[in-house]
Amino acid sequence: MENQTLSRRNFLKSSAVTGTVFSLGFYWPNDAKSAKIIQATEADNFGVEMNSWVHIDTSGKVTIFDHRAEMGQGSYQAVPQIVAEELEVNLSEINVVFAPGDSKKYGNQVTGGSSTVRGSYKNLLKLSATAREMLIQAAATQWGVPKMECYAEGGHVMHKPSGKRKHYGELVEAASKLVAPKDVVLKKRSDYKLIGKPLRRLDTPLKTNGTAVFGLDKHIPGMLYAAVERNPRLRGKVKSFDDTGARKIVGVKNVFKVKMGVFNTYREGVAVVADSTWAAIQGKKALKVEWDDSGFEHLDTEEIYKRQAEALQTQEGLLFKTQGEPSEIIAKAAKKIDVIYETPYQYHAAMEPLNCIAHYQDDKLEIWGPIQAPEWVQDYISKEMSIPREKVIVNMTFLGGGFGRKAFMDYPHEAAVISKEIKAPVQVVWTREDDATQGPFRPGITYRCEGVISNGEIDAFKVRMAGQNNDHWRGGKKDVANRSTSEGFLKPYMDSIKNLAIMDVPFETPIPTMWWRSVYASTNGFAYESFLDELALEAGKDPLDFRRAYLKEERLQKLIDKIQEVSGWKDRKKGDGYGVAITECFASTVAQVVKVSRAPAGGVKIDKVWAVMDCGWYVNPDTIKAQIEGSVVMALGAATIHQVKFKDGMAVDNNFSTYQMPRITDIPPIEIYIMDNDADAGGVGEPGLPPFAPALTNAVFDLTGKRIRTLPFSLQAV
Amino acid sequence: MAKIILNINSKKYPLEADPQMPLLWAIRDLAGLKGTKYGCGVAQCGACVVHLDGEAVRSCVTKVSRAVGKKVVTIEGLSETNSHPVQKAWQDIDVPQCGYCHSGQIMSAAVLLREKPDPTDQDIDDAMAGNICRCGTYLRIRKAIHMAAEVQKKAVKG
Repeated sequence: MENQTLSRRNFLKSSAVTGTVFSLGFYWPNDAKSAKIIQATEADNFGVEMNSWVHIDTSGKVTIFDHRAEMGQGSYQAVPQIVAEELEVNLSEINVVFAPGDSKKYGNQVTGGSSTVRGSYKNLLKLSATAREMLIQAAATQWGVPKMECYAEGGHVMHKPSGKRKHYGELVEAASKLVAPKDVVLKKRSDYKLIGKPLRRLDTPLKTNGTAVFGLDKHIPGMLYAAVERNPRLRGKVKSFDDTGARKIVGVKNVFKVKMGVFNTYREGVAVVADSTWAAIQGKKALKVEWDDSGFEHLDTEEIYKRQAEALQTQEGLLFKTQGEPSEIIAKAAKKIDVIYETPYQYHAAMEPLNCIAHYQDDKLEIWGPIQAPEWVQDYISKEMSIPREKVIVNMTFLGGGFGRKAFMDYPHEAAVISKEIKAPVQVVWTREDDATQGPFRPGITYRCEGVISNGEIDAFKVRMAGQNNDHWRGGKKDVANRSTSEGFLKPYMDSIKNLAIMDVPFETPIPTMWWRSVYASTNGFAYESFLDELALEAGKDPLDFRRAYLKEERLQKLIDKIQEVSGWKDRKKGDGYGVAITECFASTVAQVVKVSRAPAGGVKIDKVWAVMDCGWYVNPDTIKAQIEGSVVMALGAATIHQVKFKDGMAVDNNFSTYQMPRITDIPPIEIYIMDNDADAGGVGEPGLPPFAPALTNAVFDLTGKRIRTLPFSLQAV
Repeated sequence: MAKIILNINSKKYPLEADPQMPLLWAIRDLAGLKGTKYGCGVAQCGACVVHLDGEAVRSCVTKVSRAVGKKVVTIEGLSETNSHPVQKAWQDIDVPQCGYCHSGQIMSAAVLLREKPDPTDQDIDDAMAGNICRCGTYLRIRKAIHMAAEVQKKAVKG
């Protein structure tokens, strides 16, 4: 029972729950799919600490753990909305607590791949229904009535014939002594009262009065602040430094060289520790550092794209998938399309710059910060600093945006190293300039697309990409093609195009690269969906009809019907400025139509965007709409406004003054529809992004006859 | 370093600060009010907007010495009960996603609504173009400002 006591004590501390608690959790033997529902008393038998996903105390207050980061995508709303439905409680009675990093207790906690709901909803529904049934059983036993005469509603158990009712709080003690039933009956989707409804987010009020605690807002007693001057040449080293000026700044306490991990290598810098953020930043500015550029000074974006294009002329690459004889047909064809598409390096640009608090003590390390992947932080720091994994405690805060960047371990590691050096808790604050120039970035990709049209159909289809592969940094095999080449491209094309080849020409640069919202689909989508448009034109077909002919699945046909209907696709005339694209991302498919027209002041303006999302089973339609709105805006920036350029080994733009962002003045109306079907849940946070750029450039082509093959492009200059 | 007194949200904060320190860091690190955010440090993103004697200023480039003897209002002081018309509209429409930029967005919008109680889309563009939202909540910001204007009008009439 030691574990149960421990667990409860920790829990009481973190959430202020009082009295007897009824709790249910999961035991994760290997992966989320086979999670077993357990009670506190059983946790001992499995040798795990009770994870207690759902707690109900004697006051009836329900507390649940959100096992995933909240970075805007809505896990803080989705998880309780799922639980409240089957548990039969009001959403307003649920208290949400961020689970600390502990993959043994909470399963996979890496918030990425749009996976929070799709990866856990079946488990959460079952867990909540199990808790409900146990509470009903407890009431039925107390009343001495058959369980089937009782039901739960609004945090109470009711006895239908007598009208008696008991609050959950009165039942928690009895329920906690029952054995959890093996198979509970889940509600029918048509009976849902909360799931599927556009309910307001639970975190919104915290975000309108300044009370939401982001990483940068966290404060630990005795905490100092640090800013770090890092080698601007990405992975270069410190040769020497002069800290005379920095130490003169009032409030500066300490200055020293610091080294932090960047994937399988290290980045060096000089840390300035002070008693306020401002003093630390001033001290950093006053440093004089001589850098060892380690050979990175020649790195240049134009050179990278030149070499990638050359590689695509000379190398076949690693084969991801092939069927038929695409290369033979292309070689013999009298007429073929052979085009290059380029997508830029991108910066994540979360509004909350990177930051992290670390407190290193004799035998343990405690971390607080905006973190997408707590378990990776534990793994990495444990290894790098020789601290037992369970002694690396990672506490979560709200994230001021993440987009993939905050799933990386460099900034917590750096904070830990600094805390160890100064023997005090410290918050390391990255300035916007640090955040914008150090990476990891979305890799810049070059595509070569070759195709042959015969009798109005695709006779051969060959796509090769050259660019840095995010998975290689993480230890992925370099001699086999991975998902990088195909993500975003609808799988049915790969069956219905008779002669097809998809290949990867791996390319390396010293630039650290990492996932960026929707990952490979964010760039692949542009190449594949632009190329399909070019093939449709060559075939003399309507771009949407052309796609429809290859996408036979009923779900996709319905999606196409919907986007056709809502966008008025069939009523348009050629040259009206309409473009379409359909992409898949993290188990969801999104179709978008963009309408453009000539702007009075010259160039092109976006009149409207229509989006249709098929994400199967879903929780909150308003969250889905918000995520698509946001994805379109983010895609608009990457397609038409900004890119990371490197010159002399450094990222050129270091703040929003030159790395321009989409603003309220740039945003077209966006009309969003969600498909209703019974398919399993797909991702929500990212799939809205990939189709926008190709739908836009296809629309620009329809209006102007100009084919955009390199992003970003200027709407004003078309 | 100088001893100064800041009046933030009608409360006096005696602080010891470098007069050159941006008001942002004095509010966050010295007064301990963390609702006002650091986004860029160069007046480009608007995450740090506060009211200085009623005007929207970017606290990341406003020296703390400039705020002495003036009234500073931060997001924590915009209303006591999270009920300013702008806050209410933001809640009704679920504007925020990550929420980081919205202290600044709300503070900018509150000044707009005081100056122009019935803003046009152009007025909103002019007033809000200095506030970046990376989550892309702009359409909802526009809608919420129009809604807040309605709420405010009703409150005045009522």
